[in-house]
Amino acid sequence: MTMQNEAPTKKVTVNQSVRREIHTSAPQTGAAPATTDRSDAPTFEKTETHVEVDRETDHILTVEDFSLFYTKIKALHGVNMRIPKGKVTALVGPSGCGKSTLLRSMNRLNDLIDGVRVEGTIKFMGQDIFAPGLDVIALRKRMGMVFQKPNPFPMSIFDNVVYGLRIGGEKRKNVLQEICERSIKGAALWEQVKDRLHSSGLGLSGGQQQRLCIARAIAADPEVLLMDEPCSALDPIATSKVEDLIHTLKGKYTIVIVTHNMQQAARVSDYTGFMYLGRLIEYGPTASIFENPHLKQTEDFITGRFG
Amino acid sequence: MEMELTPHQKYTKIKSGVMFTLCCAFTAVILAVLGLVIGYLFWIGASGLSLSFFTEGPIPIGTPGAPGGMKNGIVGTIVLIALASTAGIPIGMLAGVFLSEYSTRSRLAGPVRFVSDVLAGVPSIVVGILGYELLVVPLGNYNGWAGAVALAFIMIPIVARTTEEMLRLVPNSYREASIALGATKARTILRVVVPSATGSLVTGVMLAIARVAGETAPLLFTALGSRLLTLDPNQPFPSLTVQIFQYATGPYKEQKDMAWTGILVLIFLIFILNLAIRYVSRSKQTGG
Repeated sequence: MTMQNEAPTKKVTVNQSVRREIHTSAPQTGAAPATTDRSDAPTFEKTETHVEVDRETDHILTVEDFSLFYTKIKALHGVNMRIPKGKVTALVGPSGCGKSTLLRSMNRLNDLIDGVRVEGTIKFMGQDIFAPGLDVIALRKRMGMVFQKPNPFPMSIFDNVVYGLRIGGEKRKNVLQEICERSIKGAALWEQVKDRLHSSGLGLSGGQQQRLCIARAIAADPEVLLMDEPCSALDPIATSKVEDLIHTLKGKYTIVIVTHNMQQAARVSDYTGFMYLGRLIEYGPTASIFENPHLKQTEDFITGRFG
Repeated sequence: MEMELTPHQKYTKIKSGVMFTLCCAFTAVILAVLGLVIGYLFWIGASGLSLSFFTEGPIPIGTPGAPGGMKNGIVGTIVLIALASTAGIPIGMLAGVFLSEYSTRSRLAGPVRFVSDVLAGVPSIVVGILGYELLVVPLGNYNGWAGAVALAFIMIPIVARTTEEMLRLVPNSYREASIALGATKARTILRVVVPSATGSLVTGVMLAIARVAGETAPLLFTALGSRLLTLDPNQPFPSLTVQIFQYATGPYKEQKDMAWTGILVLIFLIFILNLAIRYVSRSKQTGG
């Protein structure tokens, strides 16, 4: 696919060890140990709601039998999941259930962590993102990410937004300015910052910083936005602004959002996946997960009985 | 409104007061020692300050104009620091970047860190002997290069370890954000990690410069010191510290007095350098 052609493959330097692991270990383990391991959890096929997501014709991301290990600890257990294009998919579950790990696997950000090993695969538009020779830099440019704590770089607002473009080699000032303005407007921040684009991004409030980070992520024109609890450090007003933003951004972007906040998942997402202890327990249209969960575990969690 | 305190509350209040007083007292002690040193230097050294101190080289005792000034030493020290920094700062910084950013997957990290710590703890006179063996013996005479190299050896571990420490303080979220935007690791380091630590990196460099500016022992075996003003590092090279050492241990009262003034000037040299670098790095940072 195009991803491999966009840039020379020698750029792929980030963590070759992870990739090597996958391709040596995946065929060896095969299906047998994986199935025994997941026997106690509802699987892809068993989850009725899962099928409703599968009826969506256009899936941008496909997680297939995906397991992830932090050295010895198995953090994800054979997750199967299809993310529909242009929709908002929420991942919910108690702390430590693997939501963020799954999210960070989608742009291979877990490559940065030592001792991470994966089995199974994730496909982005049909292509295995763990394939050898895949340009992980190009992959990440097509997936914007927003983090739990707003993390603008200690540079000006303008420099923050155009960071992704600059590392892509864009130098033309008018192009940078145009995209900067468009992205900040896209993140509903233009009115507040238009007069101080060249002052530090750290001078903004927390909510504004987070929207600046969203502007930075969409400036590179990604196809997917990965949001890792984007509102957990924000007050209610800033949170509702970011949620409004998610509504306006969906359609143009596929959004995958990890959240601790059940109401938020119900408000912003089209599909919700409930994860528990590294497994995807139930996954389906948000309305059906919240109003008519198929599994007791899901119901207990969303009604606040545990987690 | 008066509040009745329970005995325990009274006790904690007293304890907190005692702690506060102790902290203040010891801060005062440290400031007093600093004040004493600088005050004493002024007391003895300031009287020797004159224009000729900065504009004249040493004049032998007994001839008109004696004892002259320390211009040669001041220039020599500045040149030696500049030479040592050109080698020591980049090497030290790159080693620090390696330790902080690249070393997690490398077996080299442990040894590099260990050697760097050992090197930082080596007495400076040993570094002087190393410089002597490496550059004085092969070249056949004492020379400025050997002095600069010896000073660089002292700078490298200091710069490397402070760089490592300072880069480790940069929040990981910056690195993640940059990587997630499709930046390579090198770009992330150059555009985000190092710039956001500039202020503290400068401090580390300053520490290293201040440290070598006051070194005498490694220069005795290498640059040797010289009475002549020279910019040619192939020759024996003057430096403020060696000149102070020679004057202070010499027989003449005029020279001993001048050594005191030299120390005062040395301290101010470091002080001014410090302020200048801080100013430059701060004005550079205001963009971000």
